Amino acid sequence: MPQTASLHLTNRLHIHIVLESESERERERGARMAEAVVLLDVWVSPFGQRCRIALAEKGVAYEYKEEDLANKSPLLLQANPVHKKIPVLIHDGKPVCESLVIVQYIDEVWSDGAPILPADPYARAQARFWGDFVDKKIYDCGIRLWKLKGEAHQEAKKEFIEILKVLEAELGDRKYFGGDAFGYVDIALVPFFAWFYTYETCGGFSVEAEAPKLVAWGKRCMERESVSQTLYDPLKVYEFVCSLKKKYGIE
Amino acid sequence: MDQQPPTAFDLELLGSWADSHTHRVQLALKLKGLPFEYQEEDPLRPSPAVLLHNPVYGSLPVLLHRGRAVLHSVVILQYLDETWPRGRLLLPSDPCDRAAARFWSHFADDKLAPSVAAVFSSCPGDGRKAAVEQVHQNLKLLEREMGGGGAFEGRRFFGGDEIGLLDVVLGCGSYWLAVFEEAMEVKLVDPEAFPRFHAWLRDFEEQREVRETIPPIDKLLEYANAVRQMMLGGTADDNVAVN
Repeated sequence: MPQTASLHLTNRLHIHIVLESESERERERGARMAEAVVLLDVWVSPFGQRCRIALAEKGVAYEYKEEDLANKSPLLLQANPVHKKIPVLIHDGKPVCESLVIVQYIDEVWSDGAPILPADPYARAQARFWGDFVDKKIYDCGIRLWKLKGEAHQEAKKEFIEILKVLEAELGDRKYFGGDAFGYVDIALVPFFAWFYTYETCGGFSVEAEAPKLVAWGKRCMERESVSQTLYDPLKVYEFVCSLKKKYGIE
Repeated sequence: MDQQPPTAFDLELLGSWADSHTHRVQLALKLKGLPFEYQEEDPLRPSPAVLLHNPVYGSLPVLLHRGRAVLHSVVILQYLDETWPRGRLLLPSDPCDRAAARFWSHFADDKLAPSVAAVFSSCPGDGRKAAVEQVHQNLKLLEREMGGGGAFEGRRFFGGDEIGLLDVVLGCGSYWLAVFEEAMEVKLVDPEAFPRFHAWLRDFEEQREVRETIPPIDKLLEYANAVRQMMLGGTADDNVAVN
């Protein structure tokens, strides 16, 4: 190879190596930042999804770790020794447990992003009340819809429809539970939007018929990338519950 | 954000004298030096005011601030901090500490309190033994968190040098441990098994504001025995949760 050509080649190689090192360093830096935030989770968990949505709303990079609940990792057992449950957020080595505690933590730490809880103390109190309502009511009543039969099932159905109606009344004609801004209660509830199909199929009712505003709200939330990228197809959730039913020997 | 000190007419608390959740709010208001009106309510027979302001649960306490209702004791405590941020704060400032206070407040309400209530409604024998063991399991978790490597290691109170939100939440309710120990003749807080919890509880109960808020133990014992009589009398009401 002529001298000049090889020199030229060497220079290009050098520049290429420098450029590659730069982007490599940036990738490493990004990876380090993501490693500083770790989420222990299970793909279908609506509680885990609350955290994923909150992190996405704030634009926080994180490492997602899928847990096998039948074989919990030493990390999970160490991070949440009290309940041994997901989700757990580990930030700079320190664990934060329980989904709505995690969502508030995310809001407080990454406070320069869009606020999840409103600024006004009274609105915050109302948001916390309704977040707690969703926490206490939906999941447990929902389980009874697909696990139980006969009179217990009818009771669960009645209760679930009542829960939907209470939420429908609270939402009213607002765009989101937070008003104009997507916020805390929306994040607490929206993962269950992907479970509505399962609940109505197992329950023998129509969510749309009982709570049309709630369904419209869910569709509006799905227009947000943080939500649409996090929630799974309702049919996939239904498939998952069917496999659970099979596992527990429920017809 | 309202930073004006309230007049007595701004804050009204609807509560019940034997209800630990009511005590939490009374203690918090006292610690923060906030004047308030108090309205005694019957937890088993919610008044129209309670049903109006808490239509979802009909439960106590209800804090009315200029007529607007704030519900759930832990939510109320945070509301007080956020509405009067210049005064004494109940929640710590560090987000990790705040998360720990919230997490353990849920533990107090979702795990510890029901396990203590289960002792109260248990029958002598294996059932009571199992119920007592469950309380011990829960206290063990808390005791560990107060020790080496735990979130509250080396602190006098959960809030640090002064009482904070978690102290108020755990403390208002922990007196039932002493009441039930006497009423059911069981040992719930063995100072040897739970030295840190025992020491914290004793310290908490000696605080002036706490002594001014918590009713005398003999009154609580009388109340607990009356409730137990009612339960055993076959007119057990599921809502009779001695919380």
